[in-house]
Amino acid sequence: MSEEVKNNIGRETDSVVTGDKVVFQVIAIVIAFVVGALVLLVTGYSPIDAYVSMALGAFGDIFGIGQTLTQATPIIFTSLAFLVAYKAGLFNIGGEGQFLMGAIAATVTGIYLEGLPGIIHIPLTMLAGMIMGGLWGLVPALLKSRFDAHEVITTMMLSYVAQYFTSYLVNYPFKAPGWVSQTERLPVSAELARILPPTQLSSGIIVALALVGLVWFLLNKTVLGFELRAIGFNPTAAENSGIKIDRGIILSLVLSGAIAGLGGAVEIMGTHKRFIDGFSPGYGWDGLAVALVGGLDPFGSLLASILFGALRSGGMIMARATGVPLDINILLQGLVILFVAAPAAIRGVFRRKD
Amino acid sequence: MVTVTDFINAGLLAAGIRLATPIVYAALGGMFSERVGIVHIGLEGVMLTSSFAGVVASYYTGNPWIGIIVAVLTGGLISFVHAVLTIKYVGDQIVSGTGLNILALGFTSYMTQIIWGNRGASDSVQGIADIALPIIKDIPFIGKVIGTHSPLVYLMPFVTYACYYVLFKTPFGLRVRAVGEHPTAAETAGVDVIKTKYIGVILGGMLAGLGGAFLSLSHLNLFTRGMTGGRGFIAMAAMIFGKWMPFGVFASGLLFGLADALQIRLQSLGILPPQIILTIPYLLTIAILAGFVGKAKAPSDYKPYKKE
Repeated sequence: MSEEVKNNIGRETDSVVTGDKVVFQVIAIVIAFVVGALVLLVTGYSPIDAYVSMALGAFGDIFGIGQTLTQATPIIFTSLAFLVAYKAGLFNIGGEGQFLMGAIAATVTGIYLEGLPGIIHIPLTMLAGMIMGGLWGLVPALLKSRFDAHEVITTMMLSYVAQYFTSYLVNYPFKAPGWVSQTERLPVSAELARILPPTQLSSGIIVALALVGLVWFLLNKTVLGFELRAIGFNPTAAENSGIKIDRGIILSLVLSGAIAGLGGAVEIMGTHKRFIDGFSPGYGWDGLAVALVGGLDPFGSLLASILFGALRSGGMIMARATGVPLDINILLQGLVILFVAAPAAIRGVFRRKD
Repeated sequence: MVTVTDFINAGLLAAGIRLATPIVYAALGGMFSERVGIVHIGLEGVMLTSSFAGVVASYYTGNPWIGIIVAVLTGGLISFVHAVLTIKYVGDQIVSGTGLNILALGFTSYMTQIIWGNRGASDSVQGIADIALPIIKDIPFIGKVIGTHSPLVYLMPFVTYACYYVLFKTPFGLRVRAVGEHPTAAETAGVDVIKTKYIGVILGGMLAGLGGAFLSLSHLNLFTRGMTGGRGFIAMAAMIFGKWMPFGVFASGLLFGLADALQIRLQSLGILPPQIILTIPYLLTIAILAGFVGKAKAPSDYKPYKKE
């Protein structure tokens, strides 16, 4: 492996927030909401009404909580996917592609393996999603370890390939009769049960929560997790101490892809019950943002996913109740990411005030 | 019976050139940014904000040229934010770019609804009229391909040449390349690395802004939600496939524009799935990054620069 590739791997970890991490994340989020409030104020809306309505919509009753968690579920997966690669110093921004490939593989498995009992059908369908997502992560891993192709670009490009390829599949070979670009519905034996009717929340949230714990355990309590973090921290030192970097790159990207793919499978099995062209509003792309807002920690990812889920579900309620354009929630997401992007900027602002 | 000439003809080439225009401008912009060592995946957001700003300016002034100028300045401004976060505050370039993309979508959609009361699209505004080239427009075939276009289309090769000239024939271009390739050596030689980085990123944003302006003021004459539709990412692909060289970027942009025109044509003919054509630019870019079709090597290692 060339020196150049090793430099590339190590570079991302330079900017990891260290110390007072939680405080910085919270300050970044607060500043984002303050700027959002200014936008609301200037455009003639009451920020207090808007935020209160949003918060009540997202958490005020069982329905709101159910919808918030439903929206959070896919981004828990995609942010964990980003995190696993990031800890090994790899920037997998292709979560969207791995998510979509997992979703289509699960859909096809679910539909064509009909007749199995649910207890076998459900795990098989999830496994199909994981395998396909993992394979979609293996491609950039091989391109990087064999050909020095930077994973930021290859994973991004592969997301678009996946988007168009899955669109092709649901418009041609797997298209259900009718004018909508979608597959047939999954048989009930491959569906995840709704656990909080009438909300859309499915047992997929339980899979997501279990995965948060698993990823934490993997990264902090296993030899593999230690090796991946060592590679991310200092690839040269890791290699000198006998860790195989190529193997680490491949394992972390395959694992990352498998997690995103599982997320795609769960989203289909729990929420949509079929692959509808364009069903993902960019859950995979959100993974990067959510993982960073969560301070690059599995439990932080969970909290940040709930925040982003709340912006989506509460935003809809707010738009209906107050007439504020729904897109304020996307604007807020963008602001949160920007302020999280440069911890030094926040530190700089506060230092100047001292 | 569909024959080859039904879809590969002068009309297709003309559409390809038109569709290539925003990609080429944005890709040249991305090239300047990466030449000074700053990855700009926020190109998509820059283009989107610029298309929006251009429409707003044209809406209130009735003059599309003012719209173009405002769009270009907006592109510079957004990229300045990216520059401050990544150069001054050493923030991560990918994260900052992602934030800009999402913020741009949220902000432009929000403001579209505030100004026009409609989430999906703005009102129609005064756009830039196409011009017909005398004599050339009457040449068979060629006239149909390049005879009548937006002035921004005709400007494209000149801007490409200007980028080449600036980058390779002026002292400023030498500084830009030095800062990307060997910032420490450039600093030793007396180059103001930080300032050069800022100029590169802002200049890149202005070019991408011009690409965005083309979409809303020359192609459609209105703003629609998320109207860039991933063109900023295609532009990054074109920049890489063109190996960060102005003429290479220009040629790649044309190729990708043509692919886009072809897939639109195929949609209406229904003989080949358009989605398959749409994957080609991305697959080509992966292939060149991996060195399957000539190796593309980035002009910088994109490390944050700190003065010793």
